[in-house]
Amino acid sequence: MIDAPALHLSGRATIGGTPIFGPLTLEAPAGEWTCLLGPSGVGKSTLLRLLAGLGEEVVFDGDLAAGDGAPLQGRVALMAQSDLLLPWLDATENVALGARLRGEAPQRDRARDVLVRVGLADHAGKRPHALSGGQRQRVALARTLMEDRPVVLLDEPFSALDARARARMQDLSAEVLAGRTVLHVTHDAGEAARLGTRVLVMSRDGLADVPPPDTRPPRPFDAGDTLAYQGKLMRLLMEAV
Amino acid sequence: MTRALRIAGIALLAFAAWQALVTLTGLPRFILPGPGLVFGTLWTSRALIAEHAVVTATEVLLGLGLGAVLGFGSAILLAASPLARSVLRPMLVFSQAVPVFALAPILTLWLGYGLWSKVAMALLIIYFPVTSAFFDALMRTPPGWLELARVMNAAPSRILWRIRVPAALPGFASGLRLAAVYAPIGAIIGEWVGASRGLGYLMLLANGRAKIDLMFAALIVLAVLTLLVHAAVDALCRRLWER
Ligand SMILES: Nc1ncnc2c1ncn2[C@@H]1O[C@H](COP(=O)(O)OP(=O)(O)OP(=O)(O)O)[C@@H](O)[C@H]1O
Ligand SMILES: [Mg+2]
Repeated sequence: MIDAPALHLSGRATIGGTPIFGPLTLEAPAGEWTCLLGPSGVGKSTLLRLLAGLGEEVVFDGDLAAGDGAPLQGRVALMAQSDLLLPWLDATENVALGARLRGEAPQRDRARDVLVRVGLADHAGKRPHALSGGQRQRVALARTLMEDRPVVLLDEPFSALDARARARMQDLSAEVLAGRTVLHVTHDAGEAARLGTRVLVMSRDGLADVPPPDTRPPRPFDAGDTLAYQGKLMRLLMEAV
Repeated sequence: MTRALRIAGIALLAFAAWQALVTLTGLPRFILPGPGLVFGTLWTSRALIAEHAVVTATEVLLGLGLGAVLGFGSAILLAASPLARSVLRPMLVFSQAVPVFALAPILTLWLGYGLWSKVAMALLIIYFPVTSAFFDALMRTPPGWLELARVMNAAPSRILWRIRVPAALPGFASGLRLAAVYAPIGAIIGEWVGASRGLGYLMLLANGRAKIDLMFAALIVLAVLTLLVHAAVDALCRRLWER
């Protein structure tokens, strides 16, 4: 069993005096998959970056902590909105980057396994410039899964994928990340309907909790309750300011 | 192939223009010799010119190699240590206010008339461009990569060697390309100030004896040498870092 802490963030963020988000309170329960939706520019990535210990330019006024009180530092993996692959490394080396940067033994075999699981077995030796956008995004996903951290922050991780690859990567991530605390930013109501055990909609007024069906994720994308929930969420996003 | 043809074409055109200038102005051959005369001299004095060209080439390559190593090391030191940055960087910039040419006599005094005073001149002239091109690139690592490394708990030294340095190598390469053109200038100045060998020395000697054709021949060899060094550095950089 992974010892995954809950995430707690409450306060407001500004950059150079300009308000970015908040005041708001976010709770991501321990070991659960929380989806975060909301219009572009509302501050989702900023919030994720703060939780990852980044964002020196952001002034955050409030508290930010793990549910167990221990520091988050070293327990978080972040998949940012851009893939951030290093162009001089091939896909396998990019996936194994974390170990390399920490001076640990490089786990090339494990990296290759993860690449196989994201469907890139034939591309393991290619450098990023020789990969498509969707392939690059899957390499970045593999790199994030490879980190094996109890808290995983995903910023639009499947945005560049075709429908089929997207559904597969959702299934894979749900399986690999089961038991971890996941905070997943997405613009796709169907994705939130499949994956979230908790779904939050962020607006300028703060966060709204939109409880998903209480079946276990990943939910079938064509199940009645998934589709009904997706519709409801979509309606809410349309009405949000 | 087409590239070689194009270069040959351009060279031919330049020589035609040169000959036309000589013919039209009617300048005497001890002021401006024509290409025919110069290439004739280049051929008849080939052993003499080659002997001096080898000396200059050695100075240039040594200066280039040492300058590249020193520039690489200095840029890394500056990028890695804020202390080094605050102390050394102003000194480096200030040192650029001293014209390198003015140092040539001092270098000759310290290092003698031999090879090393010229190597030092070549080195001094390329050190700053190499260092600053590489240093600037080291300080401009895309922030996303640095953040990724931080979330992954990378040690600063590994961030430097595994991310910042590889990301900055194209910058180092552009410094080296500049250096390949500057290094021969340094070597020639060194030879002018005091030498008994090298193309710069040969040019002075030829000038003193009013052998303007020999001077031009040496000049052409020097230009070709510079172009070759530049092409070699360019090819090396491409091979190593810009595949
Ligand atoms: N470094 C910065 N300096 C100034 N403003 C910034 C900076 N970074 C982000 N912002 C602003 O903060 C706001 C929130 O940005 P953020 O990237 O968090 O949005 P987002 O919700 O992730 O949007 P998207 O869905 O488009 O990714 C935006 O209005 C953006 O202009
Ligand atoms: Mg974003």
